[in-house]
Amino acid sequence: MEQIVPATQFDLRDTPLRDVNAALHAPDLTGDFVVRHPAGAHNVAVGLDAPVTVTVDGHVGYYAAGMNQRADVVIHGNAGTGVAENMMSGTVWVKGDASQSAGATAHGGLLVIEGNAAARCGISMKGVDIVVGGSVGHMSAFMAQAGRLVVRGDAGEALGDSIYEARLYVRGDVASLGADCIAKPMDPEHHRELGELLKAAGFDDDDTSAYTRYGSARTLYHFHADNTSAY
Amino acid sequence: MTPQNPDSRARLGLRESATFDRTTIAAIQRAADTGIYDIRGWGAKRALPHFDDLLFLGASMSRYPLEGYRERCATDVVLGDRFAKHPLHLDIPVTIAGMSFGALSGPAKEALGRGASEVGTSTTTGDGGMTPEERGQSKTLVYQYLPSRYGMNPDDLRKADAIEIVLGQGAKPGGGGMLLGQKISERVAAMRTLPQGIDQRSACRHPDWTGPDDLTIKINELREITDWEKPIYVKVGASRVYYDVKLAVHAGADVVVVDGMQGGTAATQEVFIEHVGIPTLAAIPQAVQALQELGVHRPAAGGAADRKGVQLIVSGGIRNGADVAKALALGADAVGIGRLQGLALAAAGPEGVVHMLKLLENEVQCVLGNLGLTSYDQLGPEHIYMEPDTVNPPHKLSAFPLLEEGY
Ligand SMILES: Cc1cc2nc3c(=O)[nH]c(=O)nc-3n(C[C@H](O)[C@H](O)[C@H](O)COP(=O)(O)O)c2cc1C
Repeated sequence: MEQIVPATQFDLRDTPLRDVNAALHAPDLTGDFVVRHPAGAHNVAVGLDAPVTVTVDGHVGYYAAGMNQRADVVIHGNAGTGVAENMMSGTVWVKGDASQSAGATAHGGLLVIEGNAAARCGISMKGVDIVVGGSVGHMSAFMAQAGRLVVRGDAGEALGDSIYEARLYVRGDVASLGADCIAKPMDPEHHRELGELLKAAGFDDDDTSAYTRYGSARTLYHFHADNTSAY
Repeated sequence: MTPQNPDSRARLGLRESATFDRTTIAAIQRAADTGIYDIRGWGAKRALPHFDDLLFLGASMSRYPLEGYRERCATDVVLGDRFAKHPLHLDIPVTIAGMSFGALSGPAKEALGRGASEVGTSTTTGDGGMTPEERGQSKTLVYQYLPSRYGMNPDDLRKADAIEIVLGQGAKPGGGGMLLGQKISERVAAMRTLPQGIDQRSACRHPDWTGPDDLTIKINELREITDWEKPIYVKVGASRVYYDVKLAVHAGADVVVVDGMQGGTAATQEVFIEHVGIPTLAAIPQAVQALQELGVHRPAAGGAADRKGVQLIVSGGIRNGADVAKALALGADAVGIGRLQGLALAAAGPEGVVHMLKLLENEVQCVLGNLGLTSYDQLGPEHIYMEPDTVNPPHKLSAFPLLEEGY
């Protein structure tokens, strides 16, 4: 029988952040952890590399769960700039809204934002999957290289500007598409892929045919003077 | 439209002038023919004020020299002892600057790593990430954290001995990286998560922070992730050096790297190389002034042995030991070299790298002895002769003539 081990609690009111992060970096770490009273602190639960769960009880500042590997981090609140930036694996789940550059340059794993995400969501993403329950701000998926971004609401201006091979799925309106980003047909493969992503993020009931797929027209892959007017 | 042939151009009666000389006219004609702007590597070709404008004041009556080859003088340097648990201790004040895997081949990076390890100094990764070969060969390896974040991996961050946040390069302050399709091989493409063979543009701005306040938080993030072990450098391309250095120090940098406009690059727009940034020589006094005003420039040499300093690494156009010594005399703690090592490697293979680094060390020691000094941090502006106005801050090439009035 599995033993039930109670979660380890950290209270940021009386434990310095440095000690909390250091404890979460302990070798061969397993188990469940709770971080209480984050009060908007920056750099909460950054650089984890262990199959643990971390529950953050409140709002966090910049770079929460930055560079995450393997851990499952849930934030019961809003997240500041760069949540899950450069994540490699694991999941980061934001119950509230996220500020700018959510999931920036992340290489893998799953980032779920139940609320809205501000500008530059998924900027330079390199393989991560991001599902946003609400809308995303301008310049989202800028220079997005790989991975999938799902937006259940609307997207702001210049979506997917200078995009490479990332796939974007948006259900609502797109204010404007960035340079070299175009709408693409939804093949069965894409319905399947989108359905799986929505399911993973707990939005099983969405109708995938309500979504439009966007990706690269690949016209900027080779330099030519004519392209300069595209910027 | 068919381009005009050279004969018909001649018939147009083009005549050279000081402003429109032969090269300028040729460049205009080429631009009109192709409609393509120039992207190239190497560095600035124009003449700029440089270390050649400085001379050492050798010992004679008022100072006496050390006996060369007998009296030892120290050239080792500690980098990053302000906040990091594990500062770097280098045997020579010369580091190998960051050069991307992609621009440089795997074997070239390995050779640099081996050579640097042999003489006791560091190498630096570059755009595109860290290769296992490089980590294997370099005893001391600085990991660059760049706007593109290509190949950025927390495992590599933890494997590094120091972290260098790159804001810019002297050859192209404010410009992102470029690597043309023929260099995006299968391995390079995979490391960067890009399609093979495309002409690749790197971002010029970090994706998740802008400005000095954000940088403070970013530096803290990197420290938290690596448990405050590793020195954190901030590299800027020389433009508003005085302000940038002050802001970098305030943001928490352990080491500031200032790369002058003569600095090398793998590739960028010609218009950046020749027209953006300020020369290395003009940049150093601004950086030093900023550090001095913050009380973090060589505090030990100034008698405050218990105060931790912020070290200054200067790069851009270093060619020999005299250049190194002059940069140190102006206030740098170490220099970074790029193309010099590239040339040494091309000329004589991996052995050339070791030869060159040892020569630089010897030449610096020669100069120190000649000036009667026993360690590099005794080197100061009083040991060099400069044409009036050449390097005194505010320099005539400074972007901030108002510095004179204090700040
Ligand atoms: C081939 C090559 C590749 C370079 N790649 C990078 C890079 O990836 N990141 C970076 O910060 N600087 C890069 N640089 C600039 C060097 O780090 C350094 O600032 C410059 O070369 C110093 O000038 P020097 O070549 O005159 O010594 C590169 C330079 C060269 C020549």
